[in-house]
Amino acid sequence: MSDTPKKPSLSMEASRRSFLMGGTALAATLFAPKFLRAADYPTAAVNTTGLAVTDTDVTVGILHSVTGTMAISETGSVQAEKLAIEQINAQGGVLGRQIKFIQEDGASDWPTFAEKAKKLLVNDKVASVMGCWTSASRKAVLPVFEQYNGFLYYPTFYEGLEESPNVIYTGQEATQQIIAGIDWVTQTKGAKSFYLLGSDYIWPRTSNKIARKHIEKLGLKVVGEEYYPLGHTQFNSVINKIRLSKPDVIYAIVVGGSNVAFYKQLKAAGIDMTKEKPLLLTISVTEDEIRGIGGENIVGAYACMKYFQSLDNPNNVEFVKEFKKMWGDDMVIGDVTQAAYLGPWLWKAAVEKAGSFDVDKVREASPGIELTTAPEGYVKVHENHHLWSKTRVGHAKADGQYEVVFETAELVEPDPFPEGYQ
Amino acid sequence: MFADYTMGELGAIFAMQGFAGLILFSVFVLMALGLAIIFGQMGVINMAHGEFMILGAYVTYITSNLFADYLPSLFSIYFFIAMILAFFVTAALGMLVEWSLIRHLYKRPLDTLLATWGLSLILQQIYRSVFGAREVGVTIPDWMMGSLPLTDLIEVPINGIFVMVLAISISVAVYFMMYRSSWGKQVRAVTQNRVMAGAVGINTERTDRLTFGIGCGVAGVAGSAFTMIGSTGPTAGQLYIVDTFLVVVFGGAASLLGTIASAFSISQAQSIMEFFLSGSMAKVLTLLTVVGILMLRPQGLFALKLRK
Repeated sequence: MSDTPKKPSLSMEASRRSFLMGGTALAATLFAPKFLRAADYPTAAVNTTGLAVTDTDVTVGILHSVTGTMAISETGSVQAEKLAIEQINAQGGVLGRQIKFIQEDGASDWPTFAEKAKKLLVNDKVASVMGCWTSASRKAVLPVFEQYNGFLYYPTFYEGLEESPNVIYTGQEATQQIIAGIDWVTQTKGAKSFYLLGSDYIWPRTSNKIARKHIEKLGLKVVGEEYYPLGHTQFNSVINKIRLSKPDVIYAIVVGGSNVAFYKQLKAAGIDMTKEKPLLLTISVTEDEIRGIGGENIVGAYACMKYFQSLDNPNNVEFVKEFKKMWGDDMVIGDVTQAAYLGPWLWKAAVEKAGSFDVDKVREASPGIELTTAPEGYVKVHENHHLWSKTRVGHAKADGQYEVVFETAELVEPDPFPEGYQ
Repeated sequence: MFADYTMGELGAIFAMQGFAGLILFSVFVLMALGLAIIFGQMGVINMAHGEFMILGAYVTYITSNLFADYLPSLFSIYFFIAMILAFFVTAALGMLVEWSLIRHLYKRPLDTLLATWGLSLILQQIYRSVFGAREVGVTIPDWMMGSLPLTDLIEVPINGIFVMVLAISISVAVYFMMYRSSWGKQVRAVTQNRVMAGAVGINTERTDRLTFGIGCGVAGVAGSAFTMIGSTGPTAGQLYIVDTFLVVVFGGAASLLGTIASAFSISQAQSIMEFFLSGSMAKVLTLLTVVGILMLRPQGLFALKLRK
């Protein structure tokens, strides 16, 4: 796929339309009274720690895998971050300075991530970094960010159990994603028994642990819990086991290439997910993954996360349009891609609230930052550096999109160290 | 775990589980046959085997798109044409690789390991640049994706039957080529004694190239078939490589029968254990058993009888 962005065209008509639709990122700032000029914020005052900030621009880092196994997933995040940066620049930048980025390739290799993070922080002096995808890569760069006092925006939904002063987590932590989904399936579908299934590493195991505790708290039954090695491609045996234990819900957290094998074999084994007997609920299949699985192989499944491309609100309509304009019409946007898009915007808001690029001041300013222009809707940064966000349930359609069937009424509080769930 | 079930239900589950084992067996045979030819007959440790399989999968992907766009009326049978194309495309690439790379390394078999590993990385990056880093979705004709309800409880996946039939046909074809054709005789002669084979007038270079090409071609067909059950992405070949070597080495490198016997024993062991234990545990136990047996019998299950 091409990595060259198409030129953005910010025609008057487009901005007027978005303005009429109300509150999109673009319109809000174009017409907002607060237009910051670099001259009002002298470099010496807004940058006391020697970051790469000049009178005209500021440098940030983008650190994702564009080669290796994880390139499959991380490409969307890179695209979203570049889009956000471009939009911010078109509106006048951050504190009147244009954002320049230095992109490094983590190459799906965790030590490489750490090395590149160090390069970005020590050599390039970037003011912040948008990056990482897997928990393993985040854990690898964490000591680097803490040692050199960098600031990372991390986009992926993940297992929680972490709260670093040097990271803002723009994806959901496990309890936000899991509990609302299980409540929904028990209340609206009357589910009584669950079969937990996952790939064998930390995220599915931690998530299933939380799911199991919650299911048992509700007085319901877990009839099976299974883990398969990453890259496992033969699921016929477990499908038979699922038949044998007749759960109401298959709760699936299978990832990567295994995902494709699992759903294709489930369909081939004659389990029609549209009949919802059993119903399939997943937290690991976004629109991105469906492209590999094939919409016809997963139609009828439910997914629980905070964002779906089909979300119907003006922010999202505009975001999807801009994303496709920049990267091509055949693009799909998954949960993590949207969360990655929030990174630069949250950083901009924090910097402008702090009136400084200094990492310590940005950190101090971060909790309480609100974003009304997020494609997922209103979000707010919590004291614990995670986001308050709504959780939604989507119903997979044959065209590879989800139809949103449920949305929590309130923002769900992030709780990375859930008591009673560990 | 079985207390709550009637005999009928249990029978059905065991029948389906037996069938799952047979499907796994067919998958293993398909994966391993190409490598058994290349590694077993030529002694080339082909680490790029998985990437040749994925090339077959991508050929299937392209074919399916072409049929959907230009010949929608024939879409339901495109898969057969895709498999034939996959064979020839991967065989051609295999022969090119043999000519440009492998033939310089016959005297240094361990170096083929590094060279083909490098080749696998190059191929992965090429796939990524051409087809994108994301997995592509290969649309399978509807009739191949359903299941056949034999009784109320027993349902047999059609793609499983397809893979089984394919595995049997290719095994038979390879057997006839190896043991009933003059080419096969030449291949075996070159394997046993390259110098002597050349001395009696066999064109060893041509034989090598053809053997490598056919081995890769079989891998391509396997890859094409696996679009029904697995993913198609730049690095998906890596998912198969370990199991493939496991099957070939366990079976005894130079024996086709050994490859089939080993595919059968490993698949049955794994499928039965997966049913009673968790997936990861089943894998661990399978690998432990294989390692144990290979310690006692380093030459594998079946080995050529050689005068020492």
